[in-house]
Amino acid sequence: MPSEPNHVLEFPGGYTRSTGPVIGRFLTELRAGRIVGVRTAARKVLVPPLEYDPATGEPTLTTPDQTSPEPSYDFVEVGPAGTVREWTWVEEPRKNHPLDRPFAWALIRLDGADTSLVHAVDAPVKAMRTGMRVWPRWRSDRVGSITDLECFVPEVSTIVATVRTEYTVTPGAALARYLDALTREVFLAGRCPTCESVYVPYRLSCPQCGSVIEEELEVGPAGTVTTFAINNLPDPRAPQVPFVSAYILLDGADTPIIALLSEIPSDQVTEGMRVRAVFEGGTVKWFAPEREA
Amino acid sequence: MGNRCAVIGVGQTHYTTRRRDVSMAGLVREAALRALEDAGLTFADIDAVVVGKAPDLFEGVMMPEAYLADALGAAGKPMMRVHTAGSVGGSTALVGASLIQGGVHDRVLVVAYEKQSESNATWALTTHLPFTSSLVVGAGGYFAPHIREYMRRSGAPDHIGTLVAVKDRLNALKNPYAHLRIPGIDRAMVESTPMLWEPIRYLETCPSSDGACAIVLSSEHAVTGTPAWVHGGAMRSEPIFRAGRDTVSPQAGIDCAADVYRQAGVTDPRRDLDVAEVYVPFSWYEPMWLENLGFCGVNEGWKLTEAGATALDGDIPWNASGGVLSSNPIGASGLIRFAEAALQVRGMAGEHQVEGARKALGHAYGGGAQFFAMWIVGAEKP
Repeated sequence: MPSEPNHVLEFPGGYTRSTGPVIGRFLTELRAGRIVGVRTAARKVLVPPLEYDPATGEPTLTTPDQTSPEPSYDFVEVGPAGTVREWTWVEEPRKNHPLDRPFAWALIRLDGADTSLVHAVDAPVKAMRTGMRVWPRWRSDRVGSITDLECFVPEVSTIVATVRTEYTVTPGAALARYLDALTREVFLAGRCPTCESVYVPYRLSCPQCGSVIEEELEVGPAGTVTTFAINNLPDPRAPQVPFVSAYILLDGADTPIIALLSEIPSDQVTEGMRVRAVFEGGTVKWFAPEREA
Repeated sequence: MGNRCAVIGVGQTHYTTRRRDVSMAGLVREAALRALEDAGLTFADIDAVVVGKAPDLFEGVMMPEAYLADALGAAGKPMMRVHTAGSVGGSTALVGASLIQGGVHDRVLVVAYEKQSESNATWALTTHLPFTSSLVVGAGGYFAPHIREYMRRSGAPDHIGTLVAVKDRLNALKNPYAHLRIPGIDRAMVESTPMLWEPIRYLETCPSSDGACAIVLSSEHAVTGTPAWVHGGAMRSEPIFRAGRDTVSPQAGIDCAADVYRQAGVTDPRRDLDVAEVYVPFSWYEPMWLENLGFCGVNEGWKLTEAGATALDGDIPWNASGGVLSSNPIGASGLIRFAEAALQVRGMAGEHQVEGARKALGHAYGGGAQFFAMWIVGAEKP
């Protein structure tokens, strides 16, 4: 970054400059929220407009048709959108730059123009690419200056949609009994009267045969690891990685439950390992290897 | 099985990480128009539209089929939506086929899609109720224990999953629509990637893709172009909390295969089928499904994979397209399997065509491996 100056040269109030007919019209249109170019004799639209055609050196005055023989400037409204033809990134904006955060200087070919306008693009660097479509962001207090165009911004291509629903939920008869039992550090299960399978958590009907389950029994709190995964993919809502998610068949049950297995390095977990529930705050904290008594 | 039904058009988008240039409507329309073009038809020739899609909460658009009706030319026509989790693409094709087989319609447009770049799938799959804690492990964390159990039971060597991961990505290099096209893919590359959900490595996992697939189904007298005839179709489900449920080789998969083989007159799938497009989102599911689908005996699946039987030049190529391991717009992934099976027997699979394919299996599964959908298509009329 440049050092702070120790000497300043500035004419009080600024210099006055005449715009001439072409640049004056361009700035006047900017003040009105429009962008115009001028059409040359070769039918090219120059944006920003110029008084003299750079291709020929002639004034950009044209004679539109036979009925109006007097030469005049053929101003054409262009844009307001355009396409980025070239761009460079400004990581550290300077004091007089149009934006106080990182931005791009770009050559923008406005729709309907044959030349490109230099202006700032306010977009993340990851969004910047040649060929991107940009639209002007206008200042509300326009004075007739190129800075009436605050900058250009990308087209709207994505929106953020809020997904949120609010519920009042109750656990239901079976789950309420199961959760109540957990507060007493007991796993409540149910036995199907027909197929005799023991289900945990406790439920009111057999998912296999549909029979009504009435017999309650306690299972666990010890059990056997049937299989497991070592999870290494972090998620803000998941336990710290690596963590082991295990299928545990509680003693006396016929369906495994999925639970966090802890208090053991993940690479020492094995299928068939004996584990026991660790309770905390009225629920299962995790399972841990069963210690020899 | 009712009236004869044929696939007469297939359309796919290119599968890719991000299709920010199109809306969901634009995405499905792209596939639909390609399927219609393949069939030489327009929306005006379609009697009904069936849309398949994974859970609404993935992209957070509730009942997207209603919003997509215009884009799919469904105005004034019957239109419905199918949802059976990951198997939905297959189920959608079967629902569409049933409308032809039942004599209700002559031409049905079937479309399935997912825009994973705008989806929050893992979050959507773990919106548990407040009474219990939930382990946020995603689909990989759910299936990894079942893969571990398969490895234990079968005694398969550790590198089998790697072989499938390489084989399917080599096939993907021949499929212009495939998402993962990895030049120089080999075992060393797969084995150098980290374990996400041990025993599943990064490159043994499917990608997250944006994409849509569409097919046009026709009754016999309305066929245009090159048909792939439906020889059989079946769906099965099973309760996920059933006692004694075998999560390695679910009974619903075995039953579904038996049903579709019976309809198609298949007695030995490895011999009677020429190619199979099977839903393999994690590489180890190839040997697991080889067994579940009866291509070999129990605990023998990995031997077929190891011997190269399922490679493009093997005796029963599996996932010549590159499969789910190479492209996974979830809702569409099942329909892509069904559509690729049809492309094979139509002789229109391009560089990944299995020479002389006459009969092919399309397969999809979903949920906790508790929903299955399968069809068999053939070059000849059934």
